[in-house]
Amino acid sequence: MEQTYAIELQNITKRFGSVVANDRVNLSVRKGEILCVLGENGSGKTTLMNMISGIYYPEEGRITVDGREVKIRSPKDSFDLGIGMVHQHFKLVDILTAAENIILGLPGAQVLDMKQVVREIRELADKYGFDIDPNEKIYRMSVSQKQTVEIVKMLYRGAKILILDEPTAVLTPQEADRLFDVLRNMKKHGCSIILITHKLHEVLAVSDRVSILRKGQYVDTVETKDATVASLTEMMVGTKVDLNIERPEPKNMKKRLELKHVTCTSKDGIRRLDDANLTVYGGEILGIAGIAGSGQKELLEAIAGLQPVTEGEISFFPDDSEPKILSNLDVAAIRKLGVRLAFVPEDRIGMGLVGSMDMTDNMMLRSYTRGKSEFLDRKTPGKLAAKIKNQLEIVTPSISAPVGRMSGGNVQKVLVGREIAQKPKVLMVAYPTRGIDINSSYTIYHLLNEQKQHGVAVICVIEDLDVLMELCDRIVVLCGGHVTGVVDGRTAKKEELGVLMTKTMKNEESDAQRAETDKNGESAVQAARTGKGDAGVE
Amino acid sequence: MNKEPLFRMSRRESIGIGKQILIYVLALFLALVVCAGVIFLLVRMNPIDVYKAMFDGALGTKRRTWITIRDLLVLLCIAVGLAPAFKMRFWNIGAEGQILIGGLVSAALMINIADKIPNTVLLVLMLIGSAAGGLVWGLIPTFFKAKWKTNETLFTLMLNYVAMQIVTYCIVFWENPKGSNSVGIINQKTRAGWLPEVLGNDYFWNIVIVLVLTVFMFIYLKYSKQGYEVAVVGESERTARYAGISVKKVMLRTMSLSGAICGIAGFILVSGAGHTISTSTAGGRGFTAIIVAWLARFNTIAMVLISFGIVFMQKGAIQIASQYGLNENASDVLLGIILFFIIGAEFFIKYKIERNHRQEGK
Repeated sequence: MEQTYAIELQNITKRFGSVVANDRVNLSVRKGEILCVLGENGSGKTTLMNMISGIYYPEEGRITVDGREVKIRSPKDSFDLGIGMVHQHFKLVDILTAAENIILGLPGAQVLDMKQVVREIRELADKYGFDIDPNEKIYRMSVSQKQTVEIVKMLYRGAKILILDEPTAVLTPQEADRLFDVLRNMKKHGCSIILITHKLHEVLAVSDRVSILRKGQYVDTVETKDATVASLTEMMVGTKVDLNIERPEPKNMKKRLELKHVTCTSKDGIRRLDDANLTVYGGEILGIAGIAGSGQKELLEAIAGLQPVTEGEISFFPDDSEPKILSNLDVAAIRKLGVRLAFVPEDRIGMGLVGSMDMTDNMMLRSYTRGKSEFLDRKTPGKLAAKIKNQLEIVTPSISAPVGRMSGGNVQKVLVGREIAQKPKVLMVAYPTRGIDINSSYTIYHLLNEQKQHGVAVICVIEDLDVLMELCDRIVVLCGGHVTGVVDGRTAKKEELGVLMTKTMKNEESDAQRAETDKNGESAVQAARTGKGDAGVE
Repeated sequence: MNKEPLFRMSRRESIGIGKQILIYVLALFLALVVCAGVIFLLVRMNPIDVYKAMFDGALGTKRRTWITIRDLLVLLCIAVGLAPAFKMRFWNIGAEGQILIGGLVSAALMINIADKIPNTVLLVLMLIGSAAGGLVWGLIPTFFKAKWKTNETLFTLMLNYVAMQIVTYCIVFWENPKGSNSVGIINQKTRAGWLPEVLGNDYFWNIVIVLVLTVFMFIYLKYSKQGYEVAVVGESERTARYAGISVKKVMLRTMSLSGAICGIAGFILVSGAGHTISTSTAGGRGFTAIIVAWLARFNTIAMVLISFGIVFMQKGAIQIASQYGLNENASDVLLGIILFFIIGAEFFIKYKIERNHRQEGK
């Protein structure tokens, strides 16, 4: 071996029942490099990382750390080898300070010298360029600050190999850039970093090498400087994919929906959506950008009749009659008005579909009330299910198999297919391609465009700004429940969106929590995100 | 060094009906083996003889067979009543109370107005009254849950005790003979308010009522729009709201139905079986029926078989308890063992156990 790797995995296999989650996977990380592990959902990235961090034990294969073969049987073994993992869901105690969280569970003297600890943490932070206040309590921190604490925790405990699982999913573009700077710094100091992500732009921006997994199998490892978005995608998917999302010019734009001063207050009195004004036209795709938990869910649910509107008004403009007020009507009442709204919620199984029911019964969810009979008509939905299965190429043993057993992409096709079959006037989709393979994602984008060309007003919440800028005609940016800007999708800049996503509102009525976080000058956002933070992290 | 466990479990993708039955049969067999062991330890008897006695106890004579069928019908009726509630994931632990209130209404009518109206009218009134009684008893906790999100499990359970106290209270007035602290057989001479004998069979009407309810509930849950709503609410209230289903309305409607059927079970117990009322009229059947409903996965047709199995075991266990001089609680022990294995079988239907075959690296 010419070079000792910080960690090397050879022919790792892990099965779950008959499912092979990892099939003879190889992975090697050099000292002082950033390695991206790239793969679609279900390709086995997380399983692989869980084996390095001692949560699972591989059935076959060897793991070597610093050239020495090791067995990692528990998280503690993993830690003793200097491996630290930052999970998507933070594992921090909210009411303790950053420093207290960092030393939690570490052995040490009976008498704790907190000053010494804080000093050490400050030294670490200076060395790598972290922005952290060790005496700040966790619940007062923003999501990105919490993430910083997690990373510092690992370093303080002496981790030399750091695994980050989709760290940028909860960050704004600016925060992500800051994180990458820190990672580069750590690299300079000899740390090895494994970064799990599926955002290709990030891979190209930050990594030295990329390892690609596909359906549990190891595809290849390439030098990042030789890779392009197209080449990486091809390796991830296995076939060439046309990555261009078309964006036909909007035609016959017609005012469909108008939101005036819409405010939604949660049960604990937080204004999740605050004085939102918005007009949506038929024939356009309106994108909604924002950090997780900025009011996207409330906005869509308020329109759909699932969220009480505490102030303001939502009106729908039909083709040939007077506008209809939708605010504070429930789903059944909106349906009775003859307003055809379609809604693909973020929570596909759990809100949009019933997992234990088959395709036919799920089709009925929107239409079972039709007809006077007390009995169900399963024929029509059955036909619809068969049609959608064929048209959208849904992979399932039969239309009478439970949808909960299908893969994420197929589940989403069932849901989108059903919603479009209602021939809606307004189509709302939340995170339509989250956790979905690339081919299915493009099918979905295509379907949205098709609806737009049919004159439907399409509203979509998408977290990936690159996609949003390619697909949408206009982009609305939400921050802390406020609409902070509406920009043209064709000319929008990522930086501009990023600024809007964290924009502070003037005249903010500051409740106690908000006032306290004010010191960083990003008050409203941070408070909103601290409150919602963990719920928003997916 | 901590070792990996030797076995691991994983969820089954699907399982054939044949395999399912095989697992249940195996579970039953194992249960009988363990029961045999327990019996042998207690009385040193040949278990085969004991099982013969069990069969004898349940189906040995014509009379015993009919008693088994009678009890089977009551258990089935309650399970059918519980099916929609549990399908909606409404934890109706209060069947006992709903049965008692239903039975109480029947008894009250039998005692107080039997001599004033024709028997047929009386029976119809009793049926309706019992259903209404059970309905109200089922509706109270549902109303509170719909309005203030109270916990239905505790609420329905507590109402059982309330129902028992009401029965105790009424018995004071209805005592017959005085001082016995029991109601005795009501209208023993006139047989007023007793479900009449048809074709020489005492239980004809029991069979008709329960079978009609069973078939009705099967169709209701599977083919009606309301049944579909029950299923959706049971799976996820969020989905129900998304589909425009009023969760509160469905909850109230479904529990009315559930309570009413349990009330009818009370009517059958009083009018078609015991002809009396006491705090033990329901006798724990409201709890046993929960097991029946779940094991049958709310398929009321499957409930017929499961109810039969459970009643058969109960009767058999009582027989061996008396035949071999064990006290009555011994039969509960045996039934407990059997149910433990049958419910345990559920696990093996959902999951499979595999040996960990891992290679040692060095």
